[in-house]
Amino acid sequence: MSRAKEKDKASISLVLTGSGGAGVMTAGNLLLEVAAQAGWYGLMVRSSGPQIRGGEAAALLRLAHAPVECLDDRFDVLIGIDWQNIHRFADEIPLDGASLMIGDPDQSEPPEVFVKRGARYAPLPFKQMAKAIPGSWPNMIALGLAAGLVGLPADSVKSVLQNSLKKGGGEKMAANLAAAEAGYAFAANVPAVPRLSGRAAHRAGRDARWLITGNQAAGHGAVRGGVRFCAAYPITPATEVLEWLAPALPKIGGALVQAEDELASINMIIGASYGGVPSVTATAGPGLSLMTEAIGLAVAAEVPIVVIDVMRGGPSTGIPAKSEQSDVNIALNGLHGDAPRIVVAPNSIADCVAATQWAVYLAEATQSPAIVLSDQYFGQTRAVVDPPADIGLITERLKPSATAEAYKRYAITESGISPMAIPGMPGTAYTADGLEHNERGLPSSQSGDHIRQLDKRAKKLAQFDYGARWADIEGEGELAVVTFGSCTGAAREALARAAAEGIKARLLSLRLLSPAQPERVAAALAGAKQVLVVEQNHTGQLYRYLRAEYDLPGEVKSFRHPGPLPMRPGEIHQQITAWSRL
Amino acid sequence: MSTKQSTKRNAKVSSKKSARKSTKKSTRVSTRKTKAAAAPKSARAPKRTAAKAATKAMPVASASEFMAHAYAMEAEAAERYAEFADSMEMHNNHEVAELFRKLSRIEQRHADQILEQMGWKQSPVSSADYRWEGTEGPETADPTELHYLMQPYHALQIALHNEKRARDFFAHLAKVATNGGVRKGALEMREEEAEHVRLIEEWLKRTPVPGSNWETDQDPPVLSD
Amino acid sequence: MNSTVAAAPITAQAFKSDYKPIWCPGCGDYSVLSSFTKAFAKLDLRPESVAVVSGIGCSSRIPAYTNCYGFHGVHGRSLAAASGLKLARPDLTVVVASGDGDGYSIGGNHFLHACRRNVDLTYVVMDNHVYGMTKGQPSPTTEPDWDSKLSPGGTGLRTFNPLVIALAAGANFVARAFSGDPNGTADIIADAIRTPGFSFVEILSPCVTFRPEQREWKQLVRPGPVTTTDDAARAARRIMTDDGFNIGVLYKGQRKPYQPPVGKGKKRPSDLEAEFAI
Ligand SMILES: Cc1ncc(C[n+]2csc(CCOP(=O)(O)OP(=O)(O)O)c2C)c(N)n1
Ligand code: SF4
Ligand SMILES: [Mg+2]
Repeated sequence: MSRAKEKDKASISLVLTGSGGAGVMTAGNLLLEVAAQAGWYGLMVRSSGPQIRGGEAAALLRLAHAPVECLDDRFDVLIGIDWQNIHRFADEIPLDGASLMIGDPDQSEPPEVFVKRGARYAPLPFKQMAKAIPGSWPNMIALGLAAGLVGLPADSVKSVLQNSLKKGGGEKMAANLAAAEAGYAFAANVPAVPRLSGRAAHRAGRDARWLITGNQAAGHGAVRGGVRFCAAYPITPATEVLEWLAPALPKIGGALVQAEDELASINMIIGASYGGVPSVTATAGPGLSLMTEAIGLAVAAEVPIVVIDVMRGGPSTGIPAKSEQSDVNIALNGLHGDAPRIVVAPNSIADCVAATQWAVYLAEATQSPAIVLSDQYFGQTRAVVDPPADIGLITERLKPSATAEAYKRYAITESGISPMAIPGMPGTAYTADGLEHNERGLPSSQSGDHIRQLDKRAKKLAQFDYGARWADIEGEGELAVVTFGSCTGAAREALARAAAEGIKARLLSLRLLSPAQPERVAAALAGAKQVLVVEQNHTGQLYRYLRAEYDLPGEVKSFRHPGPLPMRPGEIHQQITAWSRL
Repeated sequence: MSTKQSTKRNAKVSSKKSARKSTKKSTRVSTRKTKAAAAPKSARAPKRTAAKAATKAMPVASASEFMAHAYAMEAEAAERYAEFADSMEMHNNHEVAELFRKLSRIEQRHADQILEQMGWKQSPVSSADYRWEGTEGPETADPTELHYLMQPYHALQIALHNEKRARDFFAHLAKVATNGGVRKGALEMREEEAEHVRLIEEWLKRTPVPGSNWETDQDPPVLSD
Repeated sequence: MNSTVAAAPITAQAFKSDYKPIWCPGCGDYSVLSSFTKAFAKLDLRPESVAVVSGIGCSSRIPAYTNCYGFHGVHGRSLAAASGLKLARPDLTVVVASGDGDGYSIGGNHFLHACRRNVDLTYVVMDNHVYGMTKGQPSPTTEPDWDSKLSPGGTGLRTFNPLVIALAAGANFVARAFSGDPNGTADIIADAIRTPGFSFVEILSPCVTFRPEQREWKQLVRPGPVTTTDDAARAARRIMTDDGFNIGVLYKGQRKPYQPPVGKGKKRPSDLEAEFAI
């Protein structure tokens, strides 16, 4: 049965498009807020042309009564305030015969690519309608229309809009409320679209939930973990982590410094952390590439730092504002020498909080660099989520006791972790060094010291107890989907669809990519006969890593494609059903 | 020259807030303008001091040299408008793109007429300085006047400003010309530019005046690279 | 060039590609692009003999908008890439395009050493006192009180004076230009290319999106009040005491460009074997 024919659905997907000041992002964000206010869940992905101003833009939304983690395979509604160059988004906006397009007939006909897919069309003169209500904006009509179409309460539209306009100074309040109302009323005149099944999990305006992007979440997680210093260099799509931290850190006694480049920013946080302040930086592939030398310094000198890498299309400048999971290799292997490091990957927008907090905890506890592999999808998607609970993990660094005699900064210990003196502590002065050193930290090129220090640094990560957080393991079955990061949401949904069809399968979403956890993976995959490795990159970076580090059971297949198109639940579902039928 | 004097001025542009406000919180429906630009200001009288100096750079010796300058001016104006049209197209402002395209064609026709009139097969090379009231040619529009949300009205304002500059330029030239042929050519050109001024004034009358919020864009700029 | 066929004079238009800029309408970089093409035409260069090398930023998008060989490298490293290119291919005219973030922040160190090394390059920085491409963060030339999201209330940091630094570090040609004067800027760029050694041209080029107040620059600049000197100390004093809006060529030195004699040695690898022969 075609999903599109279903009357009521678990989620509704819609797109708002427009160009040059049409304000689709604003309308999209408001719609998401209306949904949140009404007790719904949802998310919004943004897509834009290359122009800095005036470019074509699309706000891609998915709304539901329960939390959603990824975009759906198709869209129910496409609202075009105008159609200028919107055909460029055709790949990102799958439509079919059940989809409905609404556009302004005074502007132009809907783009051919969409018409060809058989989508129905209903005209709505946005510009004229806005003109008829002096002072109003066409995007507010689109907002009302979208809300009316999907069955959001008019009260919620009104209260969200009132609030928002008030913050903007209260101008044009009446006009734009009227515009939204007119749009809302117009929804009755266009062909119906499916409604959400069941009832909202929350009552309108009640029950705390958060409206947050993964970038804000990562910043918040860092702060929860104890971070008080950040040095960074702006880069798409990581800048919002910094924009969130810049005003936040001073508020909690910390600071953010904008460095002159990533070479500087990474070295600044190493310095700050050496001084005892848990520190973070955020960047994307090009910046991470620049930082690798200094991350190696943090490994050798055993200085805890956290680097949030918000992955984008690579290599080189690549596709800056689009998602891709292609920094796995550099995160896992991109340092010279034998350089163990921690790599943590959040697997949902909400998890960006917990995973980043955990990364800070691990870095501080093991005195190692930790890389957080987020991505543009998480970073720049805004979602309604249940408030992420504080995981309570915050660590005090292991410090030498005040009476310690003959302090050895890099002492060989049972755990591999040695007490770290903080400048200012009397009697324990030492020199942190990227040169290989002996236990006291004095430079040494002797093989014995090198081996002992290499062993120690490897051991402290290998022996650390990572607890249950290392992965999310769900379901059971002889087919296992192994994935990480932002593919998790799509995989989870694919498995749910398969389950509804009676196909049993399990999910292993790795949160801890490094150090490898062979025993845990073996246990999680025990009895599996088919292992499908899902990731969003071109060469199967996770797949290759798994094959190198683990004895995976049964037959192992890689399912992957690069960005910028997201991994959709439908394509994973198709892989699962095709394979499980064999 | 006047280094001492200018030190005292210490006139660095005030670093007031700019687009930041509009980008601050995307969901806030802000009635604040993006402030990305005040209305194109071409209609304003230029305040520069360096301007007049350039006008003197041009006593022209012969009628054919004069026509070479005139040709260069028109061709440059045409090229500039074509660039404007491209830029507007890139930014999805097709209405204004179309208008600039039209203006470009008008200027190009003017340039072509000069070629024809002079019987030139090839574009003449003009080396002289024909800057006027600013750093560019009398009919060349200032690119910083553009805005991605500008409307036909603004584009016509820009055109009007430049046609007036061209008219005044030729009037000035006719006044200072020592060569009879040059004076005659300049007077003719002045008439033509004056006609353009009238034409655009007419056109402006038929063109709706933009509302006060023409540059409102509630969405923040897109970032890249 | 020993071509016997006399080439027709080349026009600025011939240096423009048909790839259209994504710059915001009103951006000063449009005019800089036209100054580039005018300067190349003025020098009667051939598009294939010119390489335009850049880093990352709005300004750094310029290479693809010309018909020359272009190199759009990584952020901040344009001078390094360009130096390598010019040293290996001294026959090319190498022009480097950068922004104040690309050139003075992430690429600041390369700037110092490029000035010292004095490779025969022309280094053009489109300075808009802001990171345009990443949505308006302060750069080294941004005023200390300029409020922005990453530096609320301003950085409080002293601005960087690129011209003085270029002089101190040994640049052989130092000029300030203004995008609003494309013809004047073309003259300066042409002069910079003609002058051997490392030529530095700082172009004030407004960012109308994040620094709309920079539209006022055209009222503030004063083209041509400076006379060129070959006395670096004098030039430095002059720059340090002006208000940042004097336009012109400030300094022209006599330093010999750094250029290893590539392609000069005519030996074959096998000729070197002799040294090992017993
Ligand atoms: C290694 C690295 N870090 C950060 C970035 C993000 N980035 C792209 S352009 C830019 C700043 C550009 O500023 P500027 O050089 O002044 O150019 P403008 O856009 O103002 O012309 C930054 C920080 C990047 N591309 N690579
Ligand atoms: S953001 Fe600024 S520098 Fe970049 S293209 Fe727009 S106006 Fe130019
Ligand atoms: Mg800049």
